[in-house]
Amino acid sequence: MPSVTTFEASPAISGRSIAARMKPPSRIGDKAFECLTLVMALAVLALVFLVGWQLARGSSLAIRRFGFHFLTTSTWDPVAEEFGALPFIYGTIVSSLVALIIAVPLSIATALYLTELAPLWIRQPIVSLIEMLAAIPSVILGLWGIFVMIPWLRDYPFPLLKRWFGWTPLFRGPIYGVSMLAGGIIIAIMILPIVTSVSREILRSVPNLQREAAYALGATRWEVTRIAVLSYARKGLFGAVILGLGRALGETMAVTMVIGNTPQIVASLFAPGYTLASVIANEFTEATTDLYLQALFEIGLVLFGITILANLIAQLLLKTMGSSMGTRAVQ
Amino acid sequence: MTINGAGATFPYPIYSKWFDEYTKVDPSVRFNYQSIGSGGGQKQILAQTVDFGASDGPMSDDNLAKAPGKLLHIPTVAGAVVLTYNLPGNPSLKLDGDTIAGVFLGQIKKWNNPKIAAVNPGISLPDQEIVVVHRSDGSGTSYIFTDYLSKVSSEWKSKAGTNTSVNWPAGLGGKGNEGVSGQVKQTPGALGYVELIYAIQNKMPYADIKNSAGEFLKPTLESVTAAMATANIPEDFRFSMTNAPGKDSYPIAGATWLLVYEQQKDPAKGRKLVEFLKWALTKGEEMAKDLHYAPPPTQLRDRVLKRVSEIKT
Repeated sequence: MPSVTTFEASPAISGRSIAARMKPPSRIGDKAFECLTLVMALAVLALVFLVGWQLARGSSLAIRRFGFHFLTTSTWDPVAEEFGALPFIYGTIVSSLVALIIAVPLSIATALYLTELAPLWIRQPIVSLIEMLAAIPSVILGLWGIFVMIPWLRDYPFPLLKRWFGWTPLFRGPIYGVSMLAGGIIIAIMILPIVTSVSREILRSVPNLQREAAYALGATRWEVTRIAVLSYARKGLFGAVILGLGRALGETMAVTMVIGNTPQIVASLFAPGYTLASVIANEFTEATTDLYLQALFEIGLVLFGITILANLIAQLLLKTMGSSMGTRAVQ
Repeated sequence: MTINGAGATFPYPIYSKWFDEYTKVDPSVRFNYQSIGSGGGQKQILAQTVDFGASDGPMSDDNLAKAPGKLLHIPTVAGAVVLTYNLPGNPSLKLDGDTIAGVFLGQIKKWNNPKIAAVNPGISLPDQEIVVVHRSDGSGTSYIFTDYLSKVSSEWKSKAGTNTSVNWPAGLGGKGNEGVSGQVKQTPGALGYVELIYAIQNKMPYADIKNSAGEFLKPTLESVTAAMATANIPEDFRFSMTNAPGKDSYPIAGATWLLVYEQQKDPAKGRKLVEFLKWALTKGEEMAKDLHYAPPPTQLRDRVLKRVSEIKT
């Protein structure tokens, strides 16, 4: 069958001749792509430095005038031009911690339910609903906070908390509704979606092999979740929490509307507080004197510093958590 | 031709109405006004990035000194700041300056304090804590209110002073008029200050305030205009009209200003701007009352118009 041989031979021959004619593959595309991505990556870094530099430049007058005292004093007096950021730093950290304490267990439990326990048909609707929560504009959430959440908190949960835990310094004093606790709760609502969806992705990336192996050893569902899933994914979950913290530190509008905007350091969570982001949002537009504006810039610089510091600490913690199996889940 | 302006938020509703109506008078000009706040308005006119600025407080001497040319203050309208409260049955209250300062200094803590009871005979005041609510954001409203308190209380003047935001000795901070009115409405025993229009729109009660002549007056547009008529207004129009003399003057009120350079850089634009200012101060002022702003009294308006006609283009 000659036709067959020619048929078989021709592609082989032509293939070989093409290969022979072809130059070694060009690497220009690869190089260009590498350079492009490098530039992009560097641009992000440059942006961070630029923001920091600009903030430092914008606040140079205040930095020189107040020095380290800016971080350790508590007076915020635009009339006498005396500025200290301590109550704002305190408020930012405390409200963010309150938010994490509320949001993290809720988010991880939701994510666990969605990946491990929920019937398949119900998963997608719940995921969509949670993502919708992230789409609510901050200012809407704030107004809802003033008109719905605050009166409810003031009349029902807060008095109960006071009755049960009034013996601790955290739940003492008069209840106004607007408070550090209310601020923390509204932040918790705002960071819930992101922490939940990241946690869900991480739990989903836990290989089924893990679960099957645990089941094979006779583990109950709870034991499987605890041993095979949670401990495997714990680094990744920690990452999700840090992402939430980053958000919490910078939340502005809704917090401003419910936290009471009083620069003070009081142990009670029922007392009003103030955050760094809130004071900028509140006072920047009407600040007319140079020093006042510069002090607000310095507040921005402090917030920037705290965010970076929080991330650095998180990185260190991740390192010290040891090389658990979870590393893969993070990546 | 587009004329750009930026600044105060308090007069924004009437300014946008004026700009809109003025396109019918002179279709060749368009106004672009950004209500970014008085601080921003002052900054932008100093940097000459806008053709006019707007501010709820007069500019300080320090800031005026930074201006590259002579900067004029053109008062346009005035507004009242009212004290609104949340008490059982919302009785019609009377308050005087001394008491208001005492409450905002955190010294008068209960509603049944003798000082409040003394001016409100016949009203049963509850033994309830006064929850003080003030603006947390920098605002012209706070400027007017603290300016008033500084005039009626030397203790307030030395402890807090006058500014768009101060170191509040007491109370909770609400963001914006809506934040304060929201918090007052939601909190039993609350007392706060808002612009008159917010109290009217939200159907909140507001107190009669004792003026410098000893009369208790309701905040109305007429009593604000009356205060502007009796206030001492210097040649540069940088005036404060709080605690103005006269028995018809509501004491907690303030004007808002447009900031314009006396020597206009762009002659064509400058001429159009002057034409607009003249229109605003005459025809424009007729719209003020519908939007709950108090127009300046005729005598003041004539003085301002004269100054406007001196703008060089």
